[in-house]
Parts: sequence; C-alpha cells; structure tokens
Amino acid sequence: MGKVVVVTSGKGGVGKTTSTAALGAAVARTGKKVALVDFDVGLRNLDLIMGAERRVVFDLVNVIQGTAKLSQALIRDKRVETLFLLPASQTRDKDALTEEGVGEVIEKLSSVFDYVFCDSPAGIERGAQLAMRFADEAVIVTNPEVSSVRDSDRIIGLLDARTVKAERGEQIAKHVLVTRYDAARAARGEMLSIDDVLEILSTPLLGIIPESQDVLKASNLGSPVTLSDPTNSAARAYIEAAKRLEGEELPVVVPFERKGFLDRLFGRRAA
Amino acid sequence: MNLLDLFKRRGSAPVARERLQVLLAYERRNRSQPDLVSVLREEIMAVIARHVQIDQDYLQVSMDRGETMSTLEIDIQIPNKSARPLAMSA
Ligand SMILES: Nc1ncnc2c1ncn2[C@@H]1O[C@H](COP(=O)(O)OP(=O)(O)OP(=O)(O)O)[C@@H](O)[C@H]1O
Ligand SMILES: [Mg+2]
Repeated sequence: MGKVVVVTSGKGGVGKTTSTAALGAAVARTGKKVALVDFDVGLRNLDLIMGAERRVVFDLVNVIQGTAKLSQALIRDKRVETLFLLPASQTRDKDALTEEGVGEVIEKLSSVFDYVFCDSPAGIERGAQLAMRFADEAVIVTNPEVSSVRDSDRIIGLLDARTVKAERGEQIAKHVLVTRYDAARAARGEMLSIDDVLEILSTPLLGIIPESQDVLKASNLGSPVTLSDPTNSAARAYIEAAKRLEGEELPVVVPFERKGFLDRLFGRRAA
Repeated sequence: MNLLDLFKRRGSAPVARERLQVLLAYERRNRSQPDLVSVLREEIMAVIARHVQIDQDYLQVSMDRGETMSTLEIDIQIPNKSARPLAMSA
C-alpha cells in the first residue's frame, strides 16, 4: 500500500497547492508512482499549477458519482511518466464529495501508487477534513507568521482527532513545512524564527522553502517548481524536503542572508 | 507565436496570460452551455454503447483544449467476443 499524504494548513494562500505539486513531482522524478489529488472542490487550481488545465476531462466528483472510472480521470503528466493528477471539479456543490466515495478513491489510488498527495482546501471545515480523513501522514504548510502558525495548530488538533488513523488510536505522522521564508526579514527580526515556529507547534520540520520569484515563474509556466528549474533555491529546498518525506535523514539548513559586496552597495534586494 | 514575439516578450508572464486566456474562454462559455467537445464526447460514447458493450476499463478519453483548436481522442479497445451488435440479442 502506498502512503497517503495530506498537504494542509488551515489558513488560505500559504502554499499548499504549490507544495503539493513541487513535492509530488520531486518524489515522482525518482521513479516512484505518484498521484496528486485536488480536494479544492469548486476552486480547483492544482491543474493550472501542473499545466494540465487544458486536458481535464473528468474529475474527482465524476469518479465518486460513478460517471467516470478512476483510470479515465487520472491525467498523466507530460514530463514525468510516473506522475498523475486527479483534478477537483468546478461544481459549486461542496457536498458532492462523500466520505465513503473519497475513501474508496483513496484506497484504490494507494493500492496502485507509491504516494498519494491530497491537496487540501483552506479552512477547517468539511472539505479540509475530507482531504485529511484517510491520510497516513500530513505536511502542514506554515508561513512564519502569527495567524498561519495559529491555524496550523488547529489543523494539528484535527489531524490528531478526526483522521481514520487517529480514531483507530494510531499516530498520523506530521511534518511542518515552512514556506515563503524570507531570510532578510528573519535577519532583521521581523519574522517568527524557525525555532519559534517549531517550538510552538512541537512538530518535526520537513523543510524550509524560501520566498522566491521562481515559484511565481513556475506557476506562470504551469510546471511544478521542482521540474521547471530544479536548481533554484526553492526547488532545491522542495527536493530535499521530498527526500526527508521518503525517510532520508538530511539536516535542515536555515537559509541565511548573504550580504555580499553588491548587497552592501545597492541595498539588500540585489538577490 | 513567431520568432519576433519571442524576442519582444520575455519572461513567463506571457505564457501565463495565454494559458489563462484559453482556459477562461472555455470556462466562461461553459457556464451558459456545455462545450462542444463534451457534447461530442457524450454522443460518440452513446452511439458506441448502442453497438458494443464496452468495458469502461478499455475506454480512454483525452482532450487538449487549444486556443484555436481542440483535440478529442477516444481510445476504445473492443474485445472481439463482445463486439457483436446488441440489437441482435434484443
Ligand atoms: N516559496 C514561495 N515564494 C513565493 N511565492 C510563493 C511561495 N509559495 C507560494 N507562493 C505563492 O503564494 C500564493 C499562494 O500559493 P498556493 O496557491 O500554493 O497556496 P494555497 O495554500 O494552495 O492556497 P489556497 O488556500 O487558496 O488553496 C501563490 O501566488 C504562490 O505563487
Ligand atoms: Mg490551494
């Protein structure tokens, strides 16, 4: 059975979809079979970030309602053979997802794929709870900022209470992924530090993704940042995080502000 | 996009713009009426289903929506034993 990983946060816009695409692609690049499932019913976006928006025929709701087979709804990535996307539907009816239906889909996926990444919608309501319901592990995407950390804490509470694993008395493996980390602001003490975040959430760290123009560029191009240019700092951080998710022990290095000659001459924004 | 365009507009924003234009044109159209490609897909499948029993597992439908042209691909594997017309048995 493959691993089911929910990418969640509570707070909106912190980088769940970006992270789902980047982590999923990074794992798939190593040859593992990976499915990305968009749970953001009504507001799907993972298809755009993956560059598959023109190829969506069927979606998760079609599969659950039986109008399409799972194999028909899965879209194979054009760059990485082992990477697949199951899009969310654009329907306004949020109750289109049933717990039973979602359970069946996740079960089938995890019998075929090594990893199933579930891109959660924002919030702590039904949609977010369904996305996490059948997860074995959780990536909690957090920005180093008070409201995001607070929402992460609430999500951690839900993960420990409302998942099938938790209800069986098992532990769901949780990892904090700090994204949009701005080393310059951290150096000026304007941002919660990594230590602050980890201490408050007391959950292990999966990685630190720097704030980066390359993330925007990748989404413009419709490519996960780990595929469009695997050498930039955000991509490298995601690739390392993906390795940790697979169990590799890699130390996390906190990005720091390098103040070179040019920075001192022209101000800090040169890089 | 021609070569000159490539030199004139650099960066990723033009790609984003083009992708959005194609997608939104399609989504807006679909809010009022189902899109032609979906209608074709449904009707083609209905016609096929009248003649042969197709196992959904042997049916793949793919689409690629373009700016000026879209493609619809329906790939059906028909096992010979079930390829007899249903009308005969009715
Ligand atoms: N490391 C980063 N550097 C710069 N921009 C980023 C980074 N990560 C995410 N972003 C930007 O933040 C915005 C929100 O990202 P994303 O859509 O992944 O968040 P989300 O948590 O999925 O949002 P929602 O809650 O709406 O589903 C996007 O514009 C994205 O490009
Ligand atoms: Mg999202």
